[in-house]
Amino acid sequence: MATEFAFPDSAAKAAGAPPEFQTEKMSLSMGPSHPSTHGVLRLQMELDGEILTKCDPVLGYLHRGDEKIAENMTYNQFVPYTDRLDYLAPLANNMAYAIAVERLAKLEVPARCQAIRVITAELARVSSHLMGLGAFGIDTGAWTVFMYCFTEREKLYKLFEELTGARFTTSYARIGGLQRDVPEGWTKNVNAFCDQFLPILDEILGLLTRNKIFMDRSVDIGVISKADAIAYGLTGPNLRGSGVGLDLRKDKPYSGYEQYEFDVPVGTKGDCYDRYLVRGEEMKQSVRIIKQAVAKFPGGDWYAKDARKIFAPPKDKILTSMEELIQNFMIVTEGPQMPAGEVYFEAENPKGALGFYVVSKGGGVPWRLKIRSPSFCNLSILPKVCVGALISDVVSILGSFDFVMGECDR
Amino acid sequence: MFATADVTTALKGKFPQVSDRPSSDLPAFNVPVGEVLAVLAYLRDEGGFDMLVDLTAIDWAEGASPRFTVVYHLLATTRGAYVRIATNCPSDAVPAVPSAVGLWPGANWHERECFDLFGITFAGHPDLRRILMWDGYPYHPLRKEFPLAGIETVLPDVEVAAETKAKVIAAPMAGGPFVASVGEMNLTDAEPRAKDESWNERKEKPE
Repeated sequence: MATEFAFPDSAAKAAGAPPEFQTEKMSLSMGPSHPSTHGVLRLQMELDGEILTKCDPVLGYLHRGDEKIAENMTYNQFVPYTDRLDYLAPLANNMAYAIAVERLAKLEVPARCQAIRVITAELARVSSHLMGLGAFGIDTGAWTVFMYCFTEREKLYKLFEELTGARFTTSYARIGGLQRDVPEGWTKNVNAFCDQFLPILDEILGLLTRNKIFMDRSVDIGVISKADAIAYGLTGPNLRGSGVGLDLRKDKPYSGYEQYEFDVPVGTKGDCYDRYLVRGEEMKQSVRIIKQAVAKFPGGDWYAKDARKIFAPPKDKILTSMEELIQNFMIVTEGPQMPAGEVYFEAENPKGALGFYVVSKGGGVPWRLKIRSPSFCNLSILPKVCVGALISDVVSILGSFDFVMGECDR
Repeated sequence: MFATADVTTALKGKFPQVSDRPSSDLPAFNVPVGEVLAVLAYLRDEGGFDMLVDLTAIDWAEGASPRFTVVYHLLATTRGAYVRIATNCPSDAVPAVPSAVGLWPGANWHERECFDLFGITFAGHPDLRRILMWDGYPYHPLRKEFPLAGIETVLPDVEVAAETKAKVIAAPMAGGPFVASVGEMNLTDAEPRAKDESWNERKEKPE
């Protein structure tokens, strides 16, 4: 296996170049503060001329010990920490964590709660993909795309703010429910956003899809085969770009995704261009899901019946009834009482499959909480993909991977 | 290839030492450490579980035996089925299991992370280095005896450390963490206390 990460001979020699063109190898460190490493990723590269012969990603610059922190606080207290994993799609992270703990507690949330979660997760997907697209645009020299994408994201943030009170770190989902119900008229605003968004999305994609410069920098660059994508545990658009049609929303539906009609776009070659195309199409499918969810938006409760024992009794009851007051006090100090057991749940997040493995010994604090982060797994293929690429290709490859270091390093 | 429903029968027929692991969500099995690679290879090749989605460990705390459990989650990408395989590390003092990098190259980083945070070695791993903490860091932070606030250590960069005399210090908890402890603590002790303002980032902690 070790040979896989080393490039035994210089690229020039392999290409049969005459000795005068064979140069000495040079090592170059890219990052951790480099505009194209999207956060604090550092690549320790070995170069032959402009060709990479070795690439060793150095992680951990954003390691905050989220898993350790989780073992020292109650299940409810950890919700805000999930915002800080993939901070471009906090709504989707909140939901994934909430569902994982709900499976442990054997809670069923009502249809209205599921629909709200689906809408927020898909809005988060659009927002995250827009960011990914804009950053990929900048990496390949298309500044306009970034500005267009940010204009749209601003509208999304406005919707998030109306719903949760926060633009960025939303902490919206609760175990067994939500922070609150949707405000009046919010679904109408969501619909309005979707209607105006589709033509703009076409315009944004039109700036890139047949753009000569963009295609030169992405077609046939960073090709990942189907087998490699599966062997390295890639998920999300990066996996589907390589032609594997795995989408947990379809293959392992949760939160009522089975009710909605949508297609799963897959790539054919697995290059940077395919990954871009998949993201572009996924946004359109997300809008499709959102419109369906808004059209048949169910009424009723937005939290599970038993969930009041988990996140908090109703506020008016806390202030007037002794039992609820005590219960609220116990939830805050001891945490919600969970059965012993272990649960693994993965949700299809914008970046890939975000998994939570919760091990409980009973009580209000998890014994162990492992976060399976899609960015971490997606990046693990870098040492293989980057070998033989040009330095400028590395920038494209990183852009097309659309990773977030907050999630990768946890 | 066998269907999800008969994972249990197929696996137990082939490996009699495999036992059921209590689980409410996925088919889960306890596997002796000597057979774990064979079981994983069998599930990958015969069971269609072609993706290793997660590899992690659990520390059952000092004094427990077996102390460390390594857990694998496999996914069959063609039919969306999961399976959980767990194996206990035979030694509590020097935990080690065989490496799965030969089966899935994606196991590489997961095993490095386990080594980094738990100190479990993976025999046969091509490049077992720390991944999240820096090289030369002396502790394994996800072990239960490691305190939440951290432990004072030297700076990773020797030159900067020599110049600035700076150290990596434990986080000032200022009376926290304000949660019920995992251990056997009564409610009064677990209650949030008044914030300890006798020391902070600017003022030295009294001895």
